[in-house]
Amino acid sequence: MLRAEGLRHTFGSVRALDGISFTLSAGQTLVLFGPNGSGKTTLLRVLAGLIRPLEGHAEVAGGRRAVGWIGHQSHLYAHLTVRENLLFWAALYGVPAARREARADELLRRLGVADRAGVPVRVLSRGLTQRVTIARALMHDPKVLLLDEPFTGLDLAAAAQFRALLAELTGAGRIVVLATHNVDEGVELATDVAFQARGRFVHFAPRGARGAGEIADAYRLAVAGD
Amino acid sequence: MLEFRTRTAFISAVVFTALVLTVFNFGRDPTAVPTIDLAPSILWVTFTFAAMLGLNRAFQLELENDALDALLVSPISPTSLYLAKLVANCVFVGVVECVGLPLFVLFFNVPVWTILAPLIGVIALATVGFVAVGTLFSAMVIRTRFAELMLPVLLLPFLIPLVMAAAQVTAALFAGRPLSEVAWWLRLLAAYDIVFLWLATVLFPTTVNE
Repeated sequence: MLRAEGLRHTFGSVRALDGISFTLSAGQTLVLFGPNGSGKTTLLRVLAGLIRPLEGHAEVAGGRRAVGWIGHQSHLYAHLTVRENLLFWAALYGVPAARREARADELLRRLGVADRAGVPVRVLSRGLTQRVTIARALMHDPKVLLLDEPFTGLDLAAAAQFRALLAELTGAGRIVVLATHNVDEGVELATDVAFQARGRFVHFAPRGARGAGEIADAYRLAVAGD
Repeated sequence: MLEFRTRTAFISAVVFTALVLTVFNFGRDPTAVPTIDLAPSILWVTFTFAAMLGLNRAFQLELENDALDALLVSPISPTSLYLAKLVANCVFVGVVECVGLPLFVLFFNVPVWTILAPLIGVIALATVGFVAVGTLFSAMVIRTRFAELMLPVLLLPFLIPLVMAAAQVTAALFAGRPLSEVAWWLRLLAAYDIVFLWLATVLFPTTVNE
């Protein structure tokens, strides 16, 4: 379970979060849409425990060990190889030593970068780095995924592979909170959709049978009206 | 492992150490002031600024690609992160000192063999205190615009008692005086280490969290 209650946070005079509350249970995927500066990243960073909000609180069942985080950067050590990075992060999260190599191999294969396992991260392209970033976040099999623009840099094939992986994870009872600008990327994964503007949810509802077009129209209306 | 692989900070610190010792060696008039009187100050100025070069990069590797955020999201506590960085930085500074000390002995012809054990002890005590404070301040300034300028500006005032104590004890050792004569300075070194190690451990989580 993931719960946020009355989250408020400012950066100087800018209200990044203005009274956000919601609860997610296993198997739910909340896709957050919002313009630049709407507070999506701040919300994710509060949920991840990187920011202590001025008001309200957030809790993730299972604590930090249950969270897989993808931010705007790759969070990888540039001079370590792909495999070394994955094994390092797996060790930090307490993945048993006997399982680390197999888990790294599996994720690298699923994300199409198995042939780059021995390559230093600094020589990878943006898209390949993003795939390794995703692998890093999934190494410890987290129950909650907090993803900030995870499709950035991915080509169509890699994006499709990642969507399939996410669908599999949520089908197995994970919770996902995904922030994206791109309605098409996020909609098919969503069980719930939120539009965030000026730090508030201007819309929060189950996706239901709505398609990308309908949600994009609703998003434009909701954000324009705010 | 990362520092060993890149060697950037290590090479900078070692070259700096060699350069400073060379300049001090050729820039002094040995007839004006006896070497043995100048040597402790030269040693500690060299070690202080060489170590500063390493501490400037203490969290640089985590800032690239924002690995620090991922470390803070992970289950390891900020205290464990600090202690791990402390150990790594102590090893780094220790290796630079291992290179610097023989160069110092070579240039200044100071007889250290009979006092090697206590000298290493003083260097180790001072290094722990230096690195304890330096690691904390390095984390404080890492996200500021002028981090490489801010670190020495913030750190150097805090190092004054430490460097004074280390230089006094080193001077006594070089002059062949008993350590009991500088017991007060030794106690200051030990107290500095205990107090600032504890303070830095307590303050580090607040420093890195938003």
